[in-house]
Amino acid sequence: MKFGVIVFPGSNCDHDAWYAINHNLGHAAEFIWHDSASLGDVDAVVLPGGFSYGDYLRCGAIAKFSPVMGAVRRFAADGGLVLGICNGIQILVECGLLPGALMRNRNLKFICREVALRVETTRSPFTSAARQGQIVRMPIAHGEGCYVADERTLDELEAEDRVLFRYVHNPNGSLRDIAGILNRERNVLGMMPHPERATEPLMGSQDGLLVFQSVALALAPALQS
Amino acid sequence: MSAITPDLIAQHQLTESEYRKIVSILGREPTFTELGIFSVMWSEHCSYKSSRLHLKKLPTRGRLVVQGPGENAGIIDIGDGWVAAFKIESHNHPSFIEPFQGAATGVGGILRDIFTMGARPIAVLDSLRFGPLDDPVAGPRNRRIVEGVVSGIAHYGNCFGVPTVGGECLFEPCYNGNPLVNVFALGVARKDEIFYAKAAGIGNPVIYVGAKTGRDGIHGASMASAEFTEESKQKRPNVQVGDPFLEKLLLEACLEAMRTGAIVGIQDMGAAGLTCSTCEMGSRGGTGIEIELDRVPQRETGMTPYETMLSESQERMLLVAAGGREEEVFQVFRKWGLDAVTIGQVTGDGLLRVRQHGKVVAEIPARELADEAPLYDRPHHTPAHRRAPLEGPVIPAGSDLNGALLALLTSADICSKRWIWEQYDYMVRTNTVSGPGGDAAILRIKETGHSLAISLDGNGRYCYLSPREGAVLNVAECCRNLSTVGALPVAATNCLNFGNPERPEIMAQLVEAIEGMAEACRFFETPITGGNVSLYNETLGEGIYPTPVIGIVGILKTAQPVTPGFRNPGRAVLLLGGLGTCDEIRFGGTEYAKVVLGDLWGLPPALDLELEKRVQASIREIVAAGLAESAHDLSDGGLAVALAECSFNPAGIGATLDLDSDLRPEFLLFHEGPSRILLSTAHPGEAAAIAARHGVPAPRVGATVEGRIDVRNRDAELISWEIARLRAAHAEAFERNLRA
Repeated sequence: MKFGVIVFPGSNCDHDAWYAINHNLGHAAEFIWHDSASLGDVDAVVLPGGFSYGDYLRCGAIAKFSPVMGAVRRFAADGGLVLGICNGIQILVECGLLPGALMRNRNLKFICREVALRVETTRSPFTSAARQGQIVRMPIAHGEGCYVADERTLDELEAEDRVLFRYVHNPNGSLRDIAGILNRERNVLGMMPHPERATEPLMGSQDGLLVFQSVALALAPALQS
Repeated sequence: MSAITPDLIAQHQLTESEYRKIVSILGREPTFTELGIFSVMWSEHCSYKSSRLHLKKLPTRGRLVVQGPGENAGIIDIGDGWVAAFKIESHNHPSFIEPFQGAATGVGGILRDIFTMGARPIAVLDSLRFGPLDDPVAGPRNRRIVEGVVSGIAHYGNCFGVPTVGGECLFEPCYNGNPLVNVFALGVARKDEIFYAKAAGIGNPVIYVGAKTGRDGIHGASMASAEFTEESKQKRPNVQVGDPFLEKLLLEACLEAMRTGAIVGIQDMGAAGLTCSTCEMGSRGGTGIEIELDRVPQRETGMTPYETMLSESQERMLLVAAGGREEEVFQVFRKWGLDAVTIGQVTGDGLLRVRQHGKVVAEIPARELADEAPLYDRPHHTPAHRRAPLEGPVIPAGSDLNGALLALLTSADICSKRWIWEQYDYMVRTNTVSGPGGDAAILRIKETGHSLAISLDGNGRYCYLSPREGAVLNVAECCRNLSTVGALPVAATNCLNFGNPERPEIMAQLVEAIEGMAEACRFFETPITGGNVSLYNETLGEGIYPTPVIGIVGILKTAQPVTPGFRNPGRAVLLLGGLGTCDEIRFGGTEYAKVVLGDLWGLPPALDLELEKRVQASIREIVAAGLAESAHDLSDGGLAVALAECSFNPAGIGATLDLDSDLRPEFLLFHEGPSRILLSTAHPGEAAAIAARHGVPAPRVGATVEGRIDVRNRDAELISWEIARLRAAHAEAFERNLRA
């Protein structure tokens, strides 16, 4: 089983995702450069945190046009699993793969801290290894993580059981405390918190491993058949 | 071409004798461009002309030192084939004029110093000094400066992808017109992949990479070498503008280009830009460099040679490649979308030769320019009258001790700085084993099984009372911070922030602080591998406290960190080093004197170096043996503040202390005598045995309990607080101050 980690020039959590998958999950991971038009033979894709192309304009606004995102779109359309973390979800909403938008944090400051999240549904390839309602701890580190969408979209996300994580104490003003969401087909996850930063005891929490383990579980039968 | 007039020379902050030296080096009058080049290279900032003589007193060698002062950063061996490159640098003047960009480019500059050595930066720490947020006059400006500096550091470090893992932030009125922004950075590399800033190999191409050159930052180095006056605020255009994304590209491209094997030498363009990088690389290599300015990538049109040579545009590097292998270098930079242009070549004549449109506009011996700057033995003598009195006010008996503790915990210096450090991504790269808020930051090296601990310290109040003793105490405290987390201190870097060295009493502070630092670094075997001197920290004739900041790096085995917070109730609490001693004179530099009495007098706390060393050896052994559940060194605010800080833990565990001391309660609770560490342990016998073996007192002063802190001396109740109330006040004070 192989994870592909997309590398934009300004990605800076690419190594962290690679390390979490490689060392702490125990699966292979390889980097995919942003001007690559193909994802090769990877089984799942991670869009890591960082500042894709500097993000001086709007986070992810330029990444949307990069060659690799064409490949990610096709991969997702074919049912491939895509995990967007932090800058990753910002790119995914810019691309229209996920609904809504990320605005500046309520306090207009960058916030780095460990937060508690509630697993809202285990009916997803990203949370099947967790328990419904489980409280998990992992860090956030972002300046623009306030999730917003219109009421209809928010209602729809809830009605379709697509809110994957909610903040226990909302740090950034996200509407309805949303921290992570799925697309309608349930194969694309975007989340602001960093599961890759919570994958071994030295990091202070291992709860983020649940996300990667769920992906591995979801892929295992498909790879065997 | 302007004629060189006495006025022009004075405008360039060159003295008459310095000008004569220039003429004798050149054997002729300099051109306008050459005058500019000399003026920046011989500025205080670049040449250390007032401090060099005394900096020689610092120890710079040691078993683990791979590279001492003189390069872009110092390098130490951290074992298993790996090295760490680190340095601290100031960006004080720019941060006052334009706080956001000033601080941001301070981070950018020191990061380049690290990765130009071939090391990937893995940690940044900051030592910050501001005027009080509640200053009746300067308060609003100070608050704006704090907001700007913190968001500038966050902006640059977060985007670049280096964690900002710790530091310190203190407030005094003397920093009202002169805040200090000292940035420390550390990177790691394999020992066989270090790069140096030497121009070797005659005929090798000199390649310019990174951002284009603009008119920003011209004479930044000279600005940093003068006092502030009313006109200085007009110098905003001298402050550069940073682009952390571009720096991130430059980092990746440089490290990748280094791996091709085609790079011979490399240096960043920091202060004095193209001028400094060309002549220093030539000087170090014993060679010359000639460049053609027409080839320098420029973002503005019509730049003169003077402007191009003196620009301090950010995110630029100069490198020397192996002849014929340029294309390998270009390929890497193209991949990262960066300019890379051959602008000249290494020569054998020892000259820095600059051409524009093929015509020579400057031709200066590189070594004389870089290394033969004037050297001053400036007069230094302490004034006959102490600036702070030896005797302090009468401290009334029966004072409100609980109130004093609350006042200290909510004071600007001691209150929680979470508001600051939560704006920094302190975890990116997932090496942060212990982040901001502890005694020292701990970064693991994933490749080796070892971690590095880092602390910055610089108590200006102590140094104001006695520059020599203060500097020794700073080094001792910094080492103690590292030892408290279990690390062996191995090497240091320093940032010397002082006023105008042309005033003998300021020069005396500098000399004494350097000598104190030298003595302590020798004693603790932490050689100084590099650093920075920032002088002329004065506004309208008002100097700052002498503020030497020391940054020390220690090594420990990677493990779960020992932090200040108590973890379990019912544990024994030991005070390693004992209750210490204090008298009226030694109490005058404490935070209690500052916050409760509003005063400053006497001398800093007395230090017994031998005891300090034994205390540190004890705690390292106790931590390594896994005997300490928590450990915290006593510093600002003394025993009572340390106890409260240990109680601000997620589990809400406090402690009851029963003391037995003749000291008056204010001294007992709040004196800042060094060489003391408060620890909780499930194995008090074994921990005490280790201390005893080192000849260190380790009285069992109490036990941990849930929810409260109580301190009694003999039969008197001194302190009694619910943790929750103290904790909330400590947590909220900074932001409340900022919004005031």
